[in-house]
Amino acid sequence: MVNRIKQFFIQIGELSYFSSRFFKETFNLPFEFKELLRQCYQMGNRSLVLVVMTNFIIGLVLTLQSRPTMIQFGAVSMMPNMVGISIVREIGPVITALICAGRIASGIGAELGSMRVTEQIDAMEVSGTNPFKYLVVTRIWATTLMIPLLVIFGDLIALYGSALVENLKGQVSFQLYFNTVFDALSFGDLVPATVKSFFFGFVIGLVGCYKGYYSKKGTAGVGIAANSAVVMASLLLFVVDFIAVFVSDIFYEI
Amino acid sequence: MPLLASKDLKQTKNDHSRKVVIHIRDLRKSFGSNHVLNGFNMVLHQGENLVVMGRSGSGKSVMIKCLVGLMTPDSGYIEVMGKEIATLNRLTLDELRLDIGFLFQGSALYDSMTVRENLEFPLRRHKKKLGVVQDTAPLVPEALENVGLGHTMDLMPSELSGGMKRRVALARTLILKPKIILYDEPTSGLDPITAKEIIELMRSIQKKYGTSSLIITHDVDCARVISERMILLVDGINYAGGTFSELSSSSDPKVEAFFKK
Repeated sequence: MVNRIKQFFIQIGELSYFSSRFFKETFNLPFEFKELLRQCYQMGNRSLVLVVMTNFIIGLVLTLQSRPTMIQFGAVSMMPNMVGISIVREIGPVITALICAGRIASGIGAELGSMRVTEQIDAMEVSGTNPFKYLVVTRIWATTLMIPLLVIFGDLIALYGSALVENLKGQVSFQLYFNTVFDALSFGDLVPATVKSFFFGFVIGLVGCYKGYYSKKGTAGVGIAANSAVVMASLLLFVVDFIAVFVSDIFYEI
Repeated sequence: MPLLASKDLKQTKNDHSRKVVIHIRDLRKSFGSNHVLNGFNMVLHQGENLVVMGRSGSGKSVMIKCLVGLMTPDSGYIEVMGKEIATLNRLTLDELRLDIGFLFQGSALYDSMTVRENLEFPLRRHKKKLGVVQDTAPLVPEALENVGLGHTMDLMPSELSGGMKRRVALARTLILKPKIILYDEPTSGLDPITAKEIIELMRSIQKKYGTSSLIITHDVDCARVISERMILLVDGINYAGGTFSELSSSSDPKVEAFFKK
Protein backbone atom coordinates (compact mmCIF):
# COMPACT_ATOMS: atom_id res chain seq x y z
CA MET A 1 0.00 0.00 0.00
CA VAL A 2 2.76 2.41 1.03
CA ASN A 3 4.65 1.42 -2.09
CA ARG A 4 1.62 2.18 -4.27
CA ILE A 5 1.20 5.62 -2.75
CA LYS A 6 4.91 6.24 -3.24
CA GLN A 7 4.65 5.14 -6.89
CA PHE A 8 1.66 7.45 -7.39
CA PHE A 9 3.61 10.49 -6.18
CA ILE A 10 6.67 9.46 -8.21
CA GLN A 11 4.46 9.35 -11.33
CA ILE A 12 2.99 12.78 -10.56
CA GLY A 13 6.53 14.15 -10.19
CA GLU A 14 7.72 12.53 -13.41
CA LEU A 15 4.66 13.76 -15.29
CA SER A 16 5.31 17.31 -14.05
CA TYR A 17 8.93 17.09 -15.20
CA PHE A 18 7.80 15.66 -18.53
CA SER A 19 5.35 18.55 -19.08
CA SER A 20 7.96 21.16 -18.11
CA ARG A 21 10.35 19.58 -20.62
CA PHE A 22 7.58 19.79 -23.24
CA PHE A 23 7.24 23.56 -22.72
CA LYS A 24 11.01 24.01 -22.78
CA GLU A 25 11.47 22.00 -25.99
CA THR A 26 8.51 23.68 -27.71
CA PHE A 27 10.43 26.94 -28.01
CA ASN A 28 13.72 25.36 -29.11
CA LEU A 29 14.55 25.40 -32.81
CA PRO A 30 13.96 23.71 -35.22
CA PHE A 31 10.14 23.53 -35.21
CA GLU A 32 8.86 20.25 -36.58
CA PHE A 33 5.94 21.73 -38.54
CA LYS A 34 5.72 18.96 -41.10
CA GLU A 35 5.51 16.27 -38.43
CA LEU A 36 3.01 18.39 -36.46
CA LEU A 37 0.72 18.68 -39.51
CA ARG A 38 1.03 14.94 -40.14
CA GLN A 39 0.10 14.17 -36.55
CA CYS A 40 -2.84 16.62 -36.63
CA TYR A 41 -4.17 14.92 -39.75
CA GLN A 42 -3.62 11.44 -38.29
CA MET A 43 -5.29 12.20 -34.97
CA GLY A 44 -8.21 14.20 -36.33
CA ASN A 45 -8.85 11.77 -39.14
CA ARG A 46 -8.46 8.64 -37.02
CA SER A 47 -10.95 9.80 -34.40
CA LEU A 48 -13.53 11.56 -36.56
CA VAL A 49 -15.81 8.58 -37.33
CA LEU A 50 -15.78 7.43 -33.72
CA VAL A 51 -16.56 10.93 -32.42
CA VAL A 52 -19.39 11.36 -34.94
CA MET A 53 -20.96 8.01 -34.08
CA THR A 54 -20.79 8.34 -30.30
CA ASN A 55 -21.97 11.94 -30.22
CA PHE A 56 -24.85 11.24 -32.59
CA ILE A 57 -25.99 8.37 -30.36
CA ILE A 58 -25.53 10.46 -27.19
CA GLY A 59 -27.72 13.20 -28.71
CA LEU A 60 -30.41 10.68 -29.65
CA VAL A 61 -30.37 8.84 -26.34
CA LEU A 62 -30.27 11.94 -24.17
CA THR A 63 -33.34 13.35 -25.91
CA LEU A 64 -35.24 10.05 -25.89
CA GLN A 65 -34.53 9.49 -22.18
CA SER A 66 -35.36 13.04 -21.07
CA ARG A 67 -38.51 13.43 -23.15
CA PRO A 68 -40.98 11.51 -20.91
CA THR A 69 -39.88 13.41 -17.80
CA MET A 70 -40.05 16.76 -19.61
CA ILE A 71 -43.56 15.90 -20.84
CA GLN A 72 -44.53 14.96 -17.29
CA PHE A 73 -43.53 18.42 -16.08
CA GLY A 74 -45.08 20.13 -19.13
CA ALA A 75 -41.66 21.43 -20.15
CA VAL A 76 -41.15 19.63 -23.43
CA SER A 77 -40.75 22.97 -25.22
CA MET A 78 -37.62 23.50 -23.11
CA MET A 79 -36.07 20.34 -24.54
CA PRO A 80 -33.68 22.06 -27.02
CA ASN A 81 -32.49 24.43 -24.28
CA MET A 82 -31.80 21.61 -21.82
CA VAL A 83 -30.12 19.28 -24.31
CA GLY A 84 -28.18 22.11 -25.98
CA ILE A 85 -26.73 23.47 -22.75
CA SER A 86 -25.85 20.04 -21.31
CA ILE A 87 -24.19 18.91 -24.54
CA VAL A 88 -22.19 22.09 -25.13
CA ARG A 89 -21.18 22.64 -21.52
CA GLU A 90 -20.41 19.15 -20.34
CA ILE A 91 -21.45 16.02 -22.18
CA GLY A 92 -19.95 16.88 -25.59
CA PRO A 93 -16.44 17.81 -24.38
CA VAL A 94 -16.23 15.00 -21.81
CA ILE A 95 -17.55 12.23 -24.09
CA THR A 96 -15.33 13.34 -26.99
CA ALA A 97 -12.30 13.59 -24.71
CA LEU A 98 -12.96 10.14 -23.23
CA ILE A 99 -13.34 8.62 -26.69
CA CYS A 100 -10.09 10.29 -27.74
CA ALA A 101 -8.37 9.13 -24.55
CA GLY A 102 -9.25 5.56 -25.54
CA ARG A 103 -8.32 6.02 -29.16
CA ILE A 104 -5.43 8.51 -29.22
CA ALA A 105 -3.72 8.13 -25.82
CA SER A 106 -3.54 4.36 -26.19
CA GLY A 107 -2.33 4.74 -29.79
CA ILE A 108 0.43 7.13 -28.80
CA GLY A 109 1.36 4.97 -25.79
CA ALA A 110 1.63 1.85 -27.94
CA GLU A 111 3.45 3.59 -30.80
CA LEU A 112 6.09 5.29 -28.68
CA GLY A 113 6.34 2.23 -26.44
CA SER A 114 7.14 -0.03 -29.37
CA MET A 115 9.59 2.57 -30.70
CA ARG A 116 11.30 2.53 -27.32
CA VAL A 117 11.60 -1.24 -27.01
CA THR A 118 12.78 -1.68 -30.61
CA GLU A 119 15.43 1.02 -30.03
CA GLN A 120 13.96 3.34 -32.69
CA ILE A 121 14.03 6.24 -30.23
CA ASP A 122 17.69 5.50 -29.47
CA ALA A 123 18.42 5.33 -33.20
CA MET A 124 16.83 8.75 -33.63
CA GLU A 125 18.90 10.17 -30.79
CA VAL A 126 22.13 8.68 -32.13
CA SER A 127 21.47 10.18 -35.56
CA GLY A 128 21.53 13.62 -33.91
CA THR A 129 17.75 14.17 -33.85
CA ASN A 130 16.04 15.17 -30.64
CA PRO A 131 13.41 12.42 -30.27
CA PHE A 132 11.55 14.29 -27.55
CA LYS A 133 11.02 17.22 -29.86
CA TYR A 134 10.22 15.17 -32.93
CA LEU A 135 7.94 12.59 -31.30
CA VAL A 136 6.59 14.08 -28.08
CA VAL A 137 6.25 17.82 -28.69
CA THR A 138 4.51 17.34 -32.04
CA ARG A 139 2.06 14.78 -30.65
CA ILE A 140 1.10 16.85 -27.60
CA TRP A 141 0.52 19.93 -29.78
CA ALA A 142 -1.49 17.86 -32.25
CA THR A 143 -3.86 16.58 -29.56
CA THR A 144 -4.09 20.04 -27.95
CA LEU A 145 -5.17 21.54 -31.27
CA MET A 146 -7.30 18.69 -32.59
CA ILE A 147 -9.43 17.80 -29.55
CA PRO A 148 -11.21 21.22 -29.46
CA LEU A 149 -12.04 20.85 -33.16
CA LEU A 150 -13.37 17.35 -32.57
CA VAL A 151 -15.37 18.63 -29.57
CA ILE A 152 -17.03 21.39 -31.64
CA PHE A 153 -17.79 18.94 -34.43
CA GLY A 154 -19.05 16.33 -31.94
CA ASP A 155 -21.32 18.91 -30.26
CA LEU A 156 -22.93 19.77 -33.59
CA ILE A 157 -23.48 16.10 -34.40
CA ALA A 158 -25.00 15.43 -30.94
CA LEU A 159 -27.35 18.39 -31.39
CA TYR A 160 -28.30 17.07 -34.81
CA GLY A 161 -29.13 13.67 -33.24
CA SER A 162 -31.26 15.39 -30.63
CA ALA A 163 -32.97 17.52 -33.28
CA LEU A 164 -33.77 14.39 -35.25
CA VAL A 165 -35.64 12.87 -32.29
CA GLU A 166 -37.51 16.12 -31.66
CA ASN A 167 -38.38 16.32 -35.35
CA LEU A 168 -39.68 12.77 -35.50
CA LYS A 169 -41.40 12.64 -32.12
CA GLY A 170 -42.41 16.21 -31.44
CA GLN A 171 -42.77 17.59 -34.99
CA VAL A 172 -40.25 20.33 -34.17
CA SER A 173 -38.52 21.64 -37.31
CA PHE A 174 -34.70 21.59 -37.47
CA GLN A 175 -34.66 25.36 -37.88
CA LEU A 176 -36.80 25.95 -34.79
CA TYR A 177 -34.75 23.45 -32.80
CA PHE A 178 -31.39 25.04 -33.65
CA ASN A 179 -32.75 28.59 -33.21
CA THR A 180 -33.93 27.66 -29.71
CA VAL A 181 -30.60 26.01 -28.89
CA PHE A 182 -28.50 28.98 -30.02
CA ASP A 183 -30.82 31.42 -28.22
CA ALA A 184 -30.33 29.47 -25.01
CA LEU A 185 -26.55 29.36 -25.29
CA SER A 186 -24.40 32.25 -24.09
CA PHE A 187 -20.66 32.98 -24.08
CA GLY A 188 -20.61 31.63 -20.54
CA ASP A 189 -21.47 28.23 -21.98
CA LEU A 190 -19.24 28.27 -25.05
CA VAL A 191 -15.99 29.85 -23.83
CA PRO A 192 -15.27 27.65 -20.76
CA ALA A 193 -16.25 24.49 -22.70
CA THR A 194 -13.90 25.37 -25.55
CA VAL A 195 -11.05 26.39 -23.26
CA LYS A 196 -11.28 23.21 -21.22
CA SER A 197 -11.21 21.07 -24.37
CA PHE A 198 -7.71 22.47 -25.09
CA PHE A 199 -6.66 21.21 -21.65
CA PHE A 200 -8.31 17.85 -22.36
CA GLY A 201 -6.25 17.59 -25.54
CA PHE A 202 -3.08 18.51 -23.68
CA VAL A 203 -3.73 15.86 -21.00
CA ILE A 204 -4.44 13.13 -23.58
CA GLY A 205 -1.24 13.88 -25.51
CA LEU A 206 0.87 14.32 -22.40
CA VAL A 207 -0.17 11.08 -20.72
CA GLY A 208 0.02 9.03 -23.95
CA CYS A 209 3.51 10.32 -24.69
CA TYR A 210 4.71 9.97 -21.10
CA LYS A 211 3.59 6.34 -20.82
CA GLY A 212 4.97 5.39 -24.23
CA TYR A 213 8.24 7.31 -24.02
CA TYR A 214 9.24 5.70 -20.73
CA SER A 215 7.89 2.25 -21.61
CA LYS A 216 9.92 -0.62 -20.15
CA LYS A 217 9.86 -4.40 -19.84
CA GLY A 218 10.01 -5.28 -23.54
CA THR A 219 6.94 -6.03 -25.62
CA ALA A 220 4.80 -6.60 -22.52
CA GLY A 221 5.64 -3.03 -21.58
CA VAL A 222 4.02 -1.77 -24.79
CA GLY A 223 0.67 -3.25 -23.73
CA ILE A 224 1.08 -1.86 -20.23
CA ALA A 225 1.94 1.59 -21.64
CA ALA A 226 -1.14 1.63 -23.91
CA ASN A 227 -3.43 0.40 -21.16
CA SER A 228 -2.18 2.67 -18.39
CA ALA A 229 -2.22 5.65 -20.77
CA VAL A 230 -5.99 5.22 -21.21
CA VAL A 231 -6.64 4.74 -17.49
CA MET A 232 -4.47 7.67 -16.38
CA ALA A 233 -5.71 10.01 -19.14
CA SER A 234 -9.38 9.22 -18.39
CA LEU A 235 -8.86 9.82 -14.70
CA LEU A 236 -7.00 13.09 -15.27
CA LEU A 237 -9.72 14.26 -17.67
CA PHE A 238 -12.24 14.19 -14.83
CA VAL A 239 -9.84 16.04 -12.52
CA VAL A 240 -9.26 18.70 -15.20
CA ASP A 241 -13.02 18.90 -15.82
CA PHE A 242 -13.70 19.48 -12.14
CA ILE A 243 -11.06 22.23 -11.96
CA ALA A 244 -12.37 23.81 -15.19
CA VAL A 245 -15.95 23.87 -13.93
CA PHE A 246 -14.79 25.25 -10.59
CA VAL A 247 -12.77 28.04 -12.21
CA SER A 248 -15.38 28.91 -14.85
CA ASP A 249 -17.95 29.17 -12.07
CA ILE A 250 -15.93 32.07 -10.67
CA PHE A 251 -15.87 33.97 -13.98
CA TYR A 252 -19.29 33.02 -15.34
CA GLU A 253 -21.82 32.66 -12.58
CA ILE A 254 -24.04 29.71 -13.42
CA MET B 1 42.53 -12.13 -12.15
CA PRO B 2 42.24 -10.38 -15.51
CA LEU B 3 44.36 -12.01 -18.16
CA LEU B 4 46.36 -10.00 -20.72
CA ALA B 5 44.31 -6.91 -20.03
CA SER B 6 47.06 -4.65 -18.75
CA LYS B 7 49.49 -5.91 -21.40
CA ASP B 8 46.91 -5.18 -24.09
CA LEU B 9 46.38 -1.64 -22.82
CA LYS B 10 50.11 -0.94 -22.73
CA GLN B 11 50.39 -2.22 -26.29
CA THR B 12 47.64 0.01 -27.58
CA LYS B 13 48.86 3.10 -25.75
CA ASN B 14 52.31 2.63 -27.25
CA ASP B 15 50.87 2.24 -30.74
CA HIS B 16 51.77 5.74 -31.95
CA SER B 17 51.28 4.97 -35.62
CA ARG B 18 47.51 5.40 -35.43
CA LYS B 19 45.43 8.10 -33.79
CA VAL B 20 43.20 7.10 -30.88
CA VAL B 21 39.54 7.75 -31.72
CA ILE B 22 37.90 6.20 -28.66
CA HIS B 23 39.39 6.03 -25.19
CA ILE B 24 37.51 4.49 -22.27
CA ARG B 25 39.04 4.44 -18.79
CA ASP B 26 37.69 2.80 -15.65
CA LEU B 27 34.07 2.74 -16.80
CA ARG B 28 31.57 1.69 -14.15
CA LYS B 29 27.82 1.21 -14.38
CA SER B 30 25.38 -0.48 -12.02
CA PHE B 31 21.66 -1.14 -12.11
CA GLY B 32 20.69 -1.36 -8.45
CA SER B 33 22.81 -4.08 -6.92
CA ASN B 34 23.77 -5.46 -10.34
CA HIS B 35 27.26 -4.16 -11.16
CA VAL B 36 27.43 -4.48 -14.94
CA LEU B 37 30.67 -2.63 -15.65
CA ASN B 38 33.39 -2.67 -13.01
CA GLY B 39 36.18 -0.57 -14.44
CA PHE B 40 36.24 -1.30 -18.14
CA ASN B 41 39.12 0.09 -20.22
CA MET B 42 39.41 0.29 -23.98
CA VAL B 43 41.23 2.12 -26.76
CA LEU B 44 40.17 2.16 -30.43
CA HIS B 45 42.54 3.43 -33.10
CA GLN B 46 41.74 5.09 -36.40
CA GLY B 47 40.87 2.55 -39.09
CA GLU B 48 40.99 -0.35 -36.63
CA ASN B 49 38.46 -3.19 -36.27
CA LEU B 50 38.14 -3.94 -32.57
CA VAL B 51 35.86 -6.72 -31.36
CA VAL B 52 34.53 -6.76 -27.80
CA MET B 53 33.28 -10.21 -26.93
CA GLY B 54 31.36 -11.31 -23.89
CA ARG B 55 28.47 -13.42 -22.71
CA SER B 56 24.90 -12.15 -22.89
CA GLY B 57 24.31 -9.67 -20.08
CA SER B 58 28.01 -9.00 -19.59
CA GLY B 59 27.57 -5.27 -20.23
CA LYS B 60 28.68 -5.00 -23.86
CA SER B 61 25.60 -3.10 -24.99
CA VAL B 62 25.67 -0.92 -21.87
CA MET B 63 29.27 0.04 -22.65
CA ILE B 64 28.48 0.93 -26.26
CA LYS B 65 25.43 2.98 -25.17
CA CYS B 66 27.54 4.91 -22.66
CA LEU B 67 29.89 5.64 -25.53
CA VAL B 68 27.28 7.57 -27.54
CA GLY B 69 25.60 9.18 -24.55
CA LEU B 70 22.47 7.01 -24.58
CA MET B 71 23.32 5.97 -21.01
CA THR B 72 25.18 7.85 -18.33
CA PRO B 73 27.90 5.84 -16.59
CA ASP B 74 28.25 5.94 -12.80
CA SER B 75 31.89 6.88 -13.17
CA GLY B 76 34.77 6.67 -15.61
CA TYR B 77 36.20 8.57 -18.53
CA ILE B 78 34.99 8.33 -22.13
CA GLU B 79 36.69 10.27 -24.90
CA VAL B 80 35.52 10.10 -28.52
CA MET B 81 37.46 11.91 -31.27
CA GLY B 82 39.26 13.92 -28.62
CA LYS B 83 36.08 15.07 -26.86
CA GLU B 84 35.08 13.93 -23.39
CA ILE B 85 31.45 12.77 -23.59
CA ALA B 86 30.54 13.82 -20.03
CA THR B 87 31.42 17.46 -20.67
CA LEU B 88 29.40 17.88 -23.88
CA ASN B 89 26.06 19.65 -24.02
CA ARG B 90 23.22 18.35 -26.18
CA LEU B 91 24.20 20.40 -29.24
CA THR B 92 27.87 19.45 -29.28
CA LEU B 93 27.00 15.83 -28.50
CA ASP B 94 24.65 15.79 -31.52
CA GLU B 95 27.45 17.23 -33.67
CA LEU B 96 29.83 14.53 -32.46
CA ARG B 97 27.21 11.86 -33.12
CA LEU B 98 27.34 12.77 -36.82
CA ASP B 99 30.79 11.17 -36.87
CA ILE B 100 29.56 8.03 -35.13
CA GLY B 101 27.41 5.46 -36.87
CA PHE B 102 25.48 2.98 -34.75
CA LEU B 103 24.10 -0.30 -36.05
CA PHE B 104 21.53 -1.53 -33.54
CA GLN B 105 21.00 -5.17 -32.68
CA GLY B 106 17.41 -5.17 -33.93
CA SER B 107 18.19 -2.80 -36.84
CA ALA B 108 15.88 -0.12 -35.31
CA LEU B 109 14.37 0.96 -38.63
CA TYR B 110 11.49 3.43 -38.22
CA ASP B 111 8.50 1.26 -39.03
CA SER B 112 6.16 4.10 -39.95
CA MET B 113 8.51 5.14 -42.79
CA THR B 114 9.51 3.49 -46.06
CA VAL B 115 13.12 2.41 -46.65
CA ARG B 116 13.71 5.61 -48.64
CA GLU B 117 12.29 7.77 -45.82
CA ASN B 118 14.38 5.88 -43.28
CA LEU B 119 17.52 6.86 -45.16
CA GLU B 120 16.39 10.39 -45.91
CA PHE B 121 15.50 11.07 -42.29
CA PRO B 122 19.04 11.66 -40.92
CA LEU B 123 20.13 13.20 -44.20
CA ARG B 124 17.42 15.86 -44.32
CA ARG B 125 18.03 16.86 -40.73
CA HIS B 126 21.76 17.37 -41.17
CA LYS B 127 21.74 18.80 -44.69
CA LYS B 128 23.40 22.07 -43.66
CA LYS B 129 25.99 20.53 -41.35
CA LEU B 130 26.96 17.99 -44.00
CA GLY B 131 27.26 20.70 -46.62
CA VAL B 132 24.75 18.95 -48.87
CA VAL B 133 23.25 21.86 -50.73
CA GLN B 134 21.68 19.98 -53.61
CA ASP B 135 18.78 17.55 -53.48
CA THR B 136 19.48 14.67 -51.11
CA ALA B 137 17.36 12.22 -53.13
CA PRO B 138 20.22 10.75 -55.29
CA LEU B 139 22.22 9.86 -52.17
CA VAL B 140 19.61 7.35 -51.04
CA PRO B 141 19.77 4.97 -54.04
CA GLU B 142 23.57 5.18 -53.91
CA ALA B 143 23.63 4.14 -50.25
CA LEU B 144 21.20 1.30 -50.89
CA GLU B 145 23.20 0.08 -53.88
CA ASN B 146 26.24 -0.09 -51.59
CA VAL B 147 24.46 -2.72 -49.51
CA GLY B 148 22.93 -4.46 -52.54
CA LEU B 149 19.34 -3.41 -51.88
CA GLY B 150 18.62 -0.79 -54.52
CA HIS B 151 15.24 -2.35 -55.30
CA THR B 152 13.78 -2.02 -51.79
CA MET B 153 13.47 1.77 -51.76
CA ASP B 154 9.68 1.98 -51.57
CA LEU B 155 9.13 -1.00 -49.28
CA MET B 156 8.16 -0.74 -45.63
CA PRO B 157 10.52 -2.28 -43.03
CA SER B 158 7.86 -4.88 -42.19
CA GLU B 159 8.19 -6.20 -45.76
CA LEU B 160 11.93 -6.92 -45.36
CA SER B 161 13.66 -10.03 -44.00
CA GLY B 162 15.95 -9.83 -40.95
CA GLY B 163 19.09 -9.73 -43.10
CA MET B 164 17.64 -7.07 -45.40
CA LYS B 165 16.68 -4.94 -42.40
CA ARG B 166 20.23 -5.18 -41.10
CA ARG B 167 21.58 -4.07 -44.51
CA VAL B 168 19.16 -1.14 -44.73
CA ALA B 169 20.15 -0.13 -41.19
CA LEU B 170 23.77 -0.27 -42.30
CA ALA B 171 22.97 1.91 -45.31
CA ARG B 172 21.23 4.41 -43.01
CA THR B 173 24.30 4.43 -40.78
CA LEU B 174 26.63 4.98 -43.74
CA ILE B 175 24.64 7.75 -45.36
CA LEU B 176 26.03 10.30 -42.90
CA LYS B 177 29.56 9.12 -43.72
CA PRO B 178 30.65 8.46 -40.13
CA LYS B 179 34.28 8.13 -39.06
CA ILE B 180 33.50 5.46 -36.45
CA ILE B 181 30.90 2.70 -36.70
CA LEU B 182 29.64 0.89 -33.62
CA TYR B 183 28.09 -2.48 -34.34
CA ASP B 184 25.86 -3.96 -31.62
CA GLU B 185 25.60 -7.71 -32.28
CA PRO B 186 25.55 -7.29 -36.09
CA THR B 187 24.96 -10.98 -36.81
CA SER B 188 22.63 -11.98 -33.97
CA GLY B 189 19.39 -13.62 -35.06
CA LEU B 190 20.61 -14.19 -38.61
CA ASP B 191 21.17 -17.49 -40.39
CA PRO B 192 24.87 -18.40 -41.02
CA ILE B 193 24.77 -17.43 -44.71
CA THR B 194 23.17 -14.03 -44.11
CA ALA B 195 25.51 -13.48 -41.16
CA LYS B 196 28.46 -14.16 -43.46
CA GLU B 197 27.09 -11.67 -45.99
CA ILE B 198 26.76 -9.01 -43.31
CA ILE B 199 30.33 -9.64 -42.14
CA GLU B 200 31.60 -9.33 -45.72
CA LEU B 201 29.66 -6.10 -46.07
CA MET B 202 31.24 -4.75 -42.88
CA ARG B 203 34.70 -5.59 -44.20
CA SER B 204 34.06 -3.97 -47.56
CA ILE B 205 32.73 -0.82 -45.87
CA GLN B 206 35.82 -0.65 -43.68
CA LYS B 207 38.05 -0.95 -46.74
CA LYS B 208 36.09 1.53 -48.84
CA TYR B 209 35.60 4.28 -46.25
CA GLY B 210 38.48 3.58 -43.86
CA THR B 211 36.19 3.77 -40.84
CA SER B 212 37.15 2.64 -37.35
CA SER B 213 34.85 -0.12 -36.16
CA LEU B 214 33.90 -1.28 -32.70
CA ILE B 215 32.05 -4.57 -32.93
CA ILE B 216 30.14 -5.96 -30.00
CA THR B 217 29.41 -9.64 -30.49
CA HIS B 218 29.34 -13.12 -29.02
CA ASP B 219 29.66 -14.69 -32.45
CA VAL B 220 33.12 -16.32 -32.66
CA ASP B 221 32.98 -16.66 -36.46
CA CYS B 222 32.25 -12.98 -36.81
CA ALA B 223 35.13 -12.14 -34.46
CA ARG B 224 37.55 -14.41 -36.34
CA VAL B 225 36.82 -12.88 -39.73
CA ILE B 226 36.61 -9.23 -38.83
CA SER B 227 38.78 -8.55 -35.79
CA GLU B 228 42.24 -7.01 -35.82
CA ARG B 229 42.22 -7.02 -32.06
CA MET B 230 39.83 -8.41 -29.46
CA ILE B 231 38.82 -7.70 -25.88
CA LEU B 232 36.99 -10.25 -23.75
CA LEU B 233 34.54 -8.65 -21.36
CA VAL B 234 34.04 -10.81 -18.29
CA ASP B 235 32.50 -9.70 -14.98
CA GLY B 236 32.41 -6.10 -16.14
CA ILE B 237 36.13 -5.79 -16.87
CA ASN B 238 38.32 -6.39 -19.91
CA TYR B 239 39.45 -9.82 -18.79
CA ALA B 240 41.68 -10.56 -21.74
CA GLY B 241 42.89 -8.83 -24.89
CA GLY B 242 44.88 -9.63 -28.01
CA THR B 243 44.47 -10.94 -31.52
CA PHE B 244 42.00 -13.70 -32.34
CA SER B 245 44.73 -16.32 -32.64
CA GLU B 246 46.29 -15.27 -29.32
CA LEU B 247 43.01 -15.55 -27.47
CA SER B 248 41.75 -18.69 -29.17
CA SER B 249 44.95 -20.51 -28.19
CA SER B 250 44.79 -19.33 -24.56
CA SER B 251 44.66 -22.00 -21.87
CA ASP B 252 42.74 -19.80 -19.40
CA PRO B 253 39.43 -21.58 -18.71
CA LYS B 254 37.35 -18.39 -18.92
CA VAL B 255 38.88 -17.48 -22.28
CA GLU B 256 38.75 -21.03 -23.55
CA ALA B 257 35.03 -21.19 -22.84
CA PHE B 258 34.38 -18.60 -25.55
CA PHE B 259 36.15 -20.51 -28.29
CA LYS B 260 35.04 -24.05 -27.45
CA LYS B 261 32.77 -25.54 -30.12
